[in-house]
Amino acid sequence: MTAETSRPLLSVERLSIEFGEKRVVSDLSFALHSGKTLCITGESGSGKSLTSLAIMGLLPKTARLPSGAIMFDGKDLLRLPERQMQHLRGQAIGMIFQEPMTSLNPLMTVGQQLEETVRRHEPLSRRESKQRARAMLDAVRVPNVDKRLGQYPHELSGGMRQRVMIAMAMLCQPRVLIADEPTTALDVTIQAQILELMRELQQAFGTTLLMITHDMGVVAEMADEVVVMNQGLLEERAPVRTLFKTPQAAYTKKLLAAVPVLGTMGKPVSKTKEPVVLEVKDLKVHFPLRGGWFEEARAIHAVENVSFTLRQGETLGIVGESGCGKSTTGKALMNMLPYEGSIKLLGRELNGLKGEALKPLRQDIQMIFQDPYASLNPRKTILDLVGEPLLIHGMKNLKLRTERVVELLEQVGLSAEAMERYSHMFSGGQRQRICIARALALNPKVIIADESVSALDVSVQAQVLELLERLQKEYQLSYVFISHDMAVVERLCHRVAVMFSGQIVEIGQRDQVLGNPQHPYTQRLLSAVPMPDVDRRKDFKSLLRDIEVPDPVKPRNYQIPRQAYKAIGIDHFVAV
Amino acid sequence: MLAFMTRRVAYSLLILLGVTLITYLLLYMLPADPARQIAGRSATPEVIANIRHQLGLDLPFYQQYFNYLKGLLQGDLGRSFIQRSEVSELIGARLVPSLQLMGMGILFELIIGVGMGIIAALKRDSFADRLLMALSFVGVSSPQFIAAMLFLYFFAVKLGWFPMGGYGEFRHILLPALTLGLLGSGWYSRMVRSSMIEILHQDFIRTARAKGLSRARVVFRHVLPNAIVPVIPMIGIDIGIFMGGLVVVESVFGWPGIGQLAWQAIQQVDIPVIVGVTTVSAVAIVLGNLLADLTIPLIDPRIDVKKH
Repeated sequence: MTAETSRPLLSVERLSIEFGEKRVVSDLSFALHSGKTLCITGESGSGKSLTSLAIMGLLPKTARLPSGAIMFDGKDLLRLPERQMQHLRGQAIGMIFQEPMTSLNPLMTVGQQLEETVRRHEPLSRRESKQRARAMLDAVRVPNVDKRLGQYPHELSGGMRQRVMIAMAMLCQPRVLIADEPTTALDVTIQAQILELMRELQQAFGTTLLMITHDMGVVAEMADEVVVMNQGLLEERAPVRTLFKTPQAAYTKKLLAAVPVLGTMGKPVSKTKEPVVLEVKDLKVHFPLRGGWFEEARAIHAVENVSFTLRQGETLGIVGESGCGKSTTGKALMNMLPYEGSIKLLGRELNGLKGEALKPLRQDIQMIFQDPYASLNPRKTILDLVGEPLLIHGMKNLKLRTERVVELLEQVGLSAEAMERYSHMFSGGQRQRICIARALALNPKVIIADESVSALDVSVQAQVLELLERLQKEYQLSYVFISHDMAVVERLCHRVAVMFSGQIVEIGQRDQVLGNPQHPYTQRLLSAVPMPDVDRRKDFKSLLRDIEVPDPVKPRNYQIPRQAYKAIGIDHFVAV
Repeated sequence: MLAFMTRRVAYSLLILLGVTLITYLLLYMLPADPARQIAGRSATPEVIANIRHQLGLDLPFYQQYFNYLKGLLQGDLGRSFIQRSEVSELIGARLVPSLQLMGMGILFELIIGVGMGIIAALKRDSFADRLLMALSFVGVSSPQFIAAMLFLYFFAVKLGWFPMGGYGEFRHILLPALTLGLLGSGWYSRMVRSSMIEILHQDFIRTARAKGLSRARVVFRHVLPNAIVPVIPMIGIDIGIFMGGLVVVESVFGWPGIGQLAWQAIQQVDIPVIVGVTTVSAVAIVLGNLLADLTIPLIDPRIDVKKH
């Protein structure tokens, strides 16, 4: 414990939260000190978000608080009547949430939503409140403020919406700002911008920040003090440096060990001698748009002239921010959407194949999806789910199929008993294992993994990554690993391709691309990754300036000029 | 906008063509013979054949229908078999009372339905919620003619709160409009309830509460407008169902509208009047839906008619 002599601004004392019989937070205590940043971290189900809602008095009606107090300004917030609580919310304590896409009312303009907050708490005229809204949007660096005030949320990007959310929470200059996973849904460069903004605002207004995050990188970048929670219990409370340098609790140590750290992997094993299994040449995916009667026919140019090769036993990472075309590329590889160009799997051309002609080739290329909750049919047993590819490809005998499913489940670390059960009985990590077992059923040569570990907690993520590596060694599998997370990509991949606006801007050996990035976009991307290392805190100021992203909507027959590449080293190419 | 309107009008014309064709075909295949109705029981086959020829009923179906369409294009809905006057005049005289009743009916329907939906959603799973939902279920499932008679009996005959029937003053419209509103409100209350519950769980409602807004402001400024969006196209569709109710309620309350006209015409197999009323109803439904489609963008800025 540090010797904080000043009286805390807000203190949570022995807080417990229950839902029915289930205790989700128990005996939690911590204190917020004026002008400082406290991060609460932990994996899903740790109770960190509920704690923040309890401070705001926004817990769901079914929640009960058997004990504890939240002291703020000499008052216990848990015992304050709702009417007084309403006056504190938004005025003394502001809050921003995880999902900027859904956290703003779609039917009100940005200006209306901002002004509404001001007028609720301060007796200002319409003009004065508009003035205040404008000033606060300026403070969070929203460009073209006057235009934005009249716009609706759907007209803004995710990053802009989160800025509006921050502006809204800061309008009445609250003393405490609670941010619940404020950057989790955002791209890494946008995340860096938002974190930088929050730092600036904290300095300008002296706001005390309570941040809830699962991301150890964000913790290391932002926190003064850290609370680590697990299953509703406080595991450790320490200043940020102590926590990262000398963690005390076993859980903290485990958590920190599971976090992949960018720049800690050595040179990858070279696979250049292995045979090529997948060869992609000039892949283009265009989605035609429905035009008006007199308009020119247009199309979204999602993927433009993407070429790469994948060798046996190799993992190629495709990284990039949302909308760069990485997932579309993955779907095209699976022949799930029409494309131009050539995709050769084990020397056989995939383009143009349909129905029965495509079926035998599908055995060799399989996919694992992002969301293990949505990608398993809830009405089928695990036997049906994992055995389905076998059935489709002609294994009609139930006994043989059951044997194979048992074998597959064992390979991914699940017992045979799992077969009779349904997917809702499994945790997220187990479900992803089931998805992997399903993908393995037909002994594929190539597996496309689209953000396959992004929805998982770090410790589970580490286990799934290990499983993927083990399976790769055992079966000489090749992976195309699509991800936005640089550290995970570094952990798993032999080669990396960076995509921007539908094109590959840099491709090469992992240590080359991530360790010696040449393209300005790769450099920008890497500089935005928060590091779980208190000694390497980053200054994100340079990232506040947005770069220009070309409009993907172009005339239907528009031919993009062919991208030229320059060889930097052995197996390292950069767009020029 | 122009392209959207042109396309919608073109679709509407196609719909109207379909509606008239189906109505005409159904009535053509009906075993009831209008000529026999007009001639009376004791008429000789010659007289009946004569009447049939006069009315053009001896022509093949396609010719009858073609003649009707030709008249329709010139704004001529034909002549009533029984009353010997222009169908357009008959309908025209009754259009205003019907529109009045319909307007009031829909207003009551919305007030009752949306109000019940809001209360049920806010008091979810409480006794009030269950009671309101049970009532709405009774409302949507009770046959209109029985409900209308019961209302007339209780509120007009027994309690004397409303006049028995008649037309002309405001008090006359209340009971028939309330009957229509009460019976139709069940759909709205159920829809508003589920829509409200869905919106209440949205992230932006949490944001609104985190801003410190009062409960009333959260409900009426943030929840309700969002919950009402899916209800608007429902009003357009509902006009069709409403026309059915109108026929029954107007007849029971003696309201001089086109519903009553339709009722009489059906009993007398007065084909031109039946087809005329059906066509006018179809126009009303098409217009109602168009109006609903044009209203939604005013509430929900994400919907842009120009893109459809």
